[in-house]
Amino acid sequence: MNPAAHTEVSVTRTSIAAVAILIGLAVLPYVIDIYQVQLLTYGLIFAIAALGFNLLLGSTGLLSFGHSAYFGVGAYTVAFMVRDLGTVSMELCIIGGVIGTTIIAALFGYVCVRYTRIFFGILTLALSQVIWSLAFKFFWVTGGTDGIRVPGRGMTLLAGLIDFKGSGAFQKFVFSYYYYVLVIFAVVAALMWVIVHSPFGMALKAIRDNEVRARFVGLSVRRYRWFAFIISGAFTGLAGALWVPLNGLTTPDILYWPFSGEIVFMTVLGGFRTFTGPIVGAIAFNYLKTYAVASSAYWQLVLGVVLVVLVLVLPNGIIGTAQQLFRKLRRH
Amino acid sequence: MTIFIIQVLNSLFYAASLFLIAAGLSLIYGVMRIVNLAHGTFYALGAYVSAWAVGTAFGHAGGGGWHLMGQLLLLPIGAIAIAAVGAVIEPTLLRPLYRRPEEYLLLITFGLLMVLEDSMKLIFGGTPLSAGTIMDAMGSIPIGRLLYPTYNLVVMAVGLGAAIGLWWFIYRTRFGVILRATSQDRRMAAALGLNVSRVYIQAFAIGCFMAGLGGAVVVPAQAAVLGMGVDALILAFVVVVVGGLGSLEGAFIGALIVSFVRTAGIQFFPEIELAVLYLIAAAVLLVRPTGLFGRA
Repeated sequence: MNPAAHTEVSVTRTSIAAVAILIGLAVLPYVIDIYQVQLLTYGLIFAIAALGFNLLLGSTGLLSFGHSAYFGVGAYTVAFMVRDLGTVSMELCIIGGVIGTTIIAALFGYVCVRYTRIFFGILTLALSQVIWSLAFKFFWVTGGTDGIRVPGRGMTLLAGLIDFKGSGAFQKFVFSYYYYVLVIFAVVAALMWVIVHSPFGMALKAIRDNEVRARFVGLSVRRYRWFAFIISGAFTGLAGALWVPLNGLTTPDILYWPFSGEIVFMTVLGGFRTFTGPIVGAIAFNYLKTYAVASSAYWQLVLGVVLVVLVLVLPNGIIGTAQQLFRKLRRH
Repeated sequence: MTIFIIQVLNSLFYAASLFLIAAGLSLIYGVMRIVNLAHGTFYALGAYVSAWAVGTAFGHAGGGGWHLMGQLLLLPIGAIAIAAVGAVIEPTLLRPLYRRPEEYLLLITFGLLMVLEDSMKLIFGGTPLSAGTIMDAMGSIPIGRLLYPTYNLVVMAVGLGAAIGLWWFIYRTRFGVILRATSQDRRMAAALGLNVSRVYIQAFAIGCFMAGLGGAVVVPAQAAVLGMGVDALILAFVVVVVGGLGSLEGAFIGALIVSFVRTAGIQFFPEIELAVLYLIAAAVLLVRPTGLFGRA
């Protein structure tokens, strides 16, 4: 089989699998209770953030330890729009959040892509903490550690077509919002798939694998990395914007550096060398964290042990390990 | 004028503890090329262990001179405990990862941070632990019309002593030569017959010792609380980035710069004092990525 035909087969197979999974996810709320629906929505939102993050780690080979900044800027932009401008349309909020994040990501990215490896990580970390300290200290603007409340049932979806009034507003919101997030997730995941497999994505991988050779071929390495950084930030910002109404509150915690670590954790949990890894990792991490928090006061300990074991024993994550097992079984 | 002197002393006190944390972080990076995200947590753990040891051995009753002497002698136990923890962690958790991309090392130290943060909560509970009896017993000295705690001066002396000791150790002893050789070229050092694995354990343990010592000397002045490690790490990062990753002189000067900027910041521009520090770190990285004293 020639390589082109092989790609075509895998494209068809991937799309069939993707459609099947999406149909499954669409039916799910009729089977599971409302709390589980809410949990899954959180998982899908984090999946968008992790997908964005992995464009940098997986495709470009840059480990950002400051992605909390983009998640947080997306979230805070929405919170400001709702509180100060009285915006209720979720679409407007998303547009605002993504624009806000894109600006910050373009600014920070321009600075950060001058370096790679550990310096890149520390620079992203330092810049994200600038945003955190501002959100933390300017309490008359940001509410400080109290944060800003953004009740989900006060929002309208699809340009005002769906609103949430009267009794059972919260349940109605969670139910509708799940589908809203699911559709956005599907679109965004497809978009990321196209980006990763486009000539642009291939160029990023070439730069990741051999920077010097990529430069000799004529690629403008720094510009490619910058664009990847902006796209990555914008995806994570979108996730932040979607997260606020579901959470009902945004606090500086999502800007603080350990949250960046959680985004890295999700991605590695699923496996950063695969496309679906970050998606699975984010959803799995969300369940893991929720149940660890619910069942023990020492949930961080549980998560930490999971991370340590993961790094030592399963460095390829859930999807990477599953793929390896699958290949082994096939060979026998 | 009195206020000015007090603020300078506060800066020096703060610089001493920051230097102890940052020097360990820098040493570990310099020799092993590991960015240890759990380093702030080692500092916090040192504070807890020392406060617990002093509290358990002497209770909360103040005592005479002998009492104070005993407490002061017991204080460094936190540093020793953390060095032991480090000597266990390096061969078991870090060594298996040296052949892998550096991202994994960063991640495992993040996992360690989560484990250790909650272990502290599990072992020492949620209430702050303090060794304030030492601070009270040492009294204070008059500066102008104000009083300044004598213990803070001890901390400055310890910071300065540690700086001189570390400098002597790295540049004037045989072990220091081995350490620097390993840091410059690990393979060559191994080829020349040095036991690199042992150097790594020693370097990591010394780095941890410094972090633990930082926690131990601070705990009589500031109680050990949950979350202090996570906060301290980022400031130690700023110090190390400004001074240069892997440079001892850099950690020293960086600690002074950060603490003076921060003291001035709290006085004159409290809203952006932290933001200014991170921006300084970012600016230094941009202009001189190896820091003020780092070598490429």
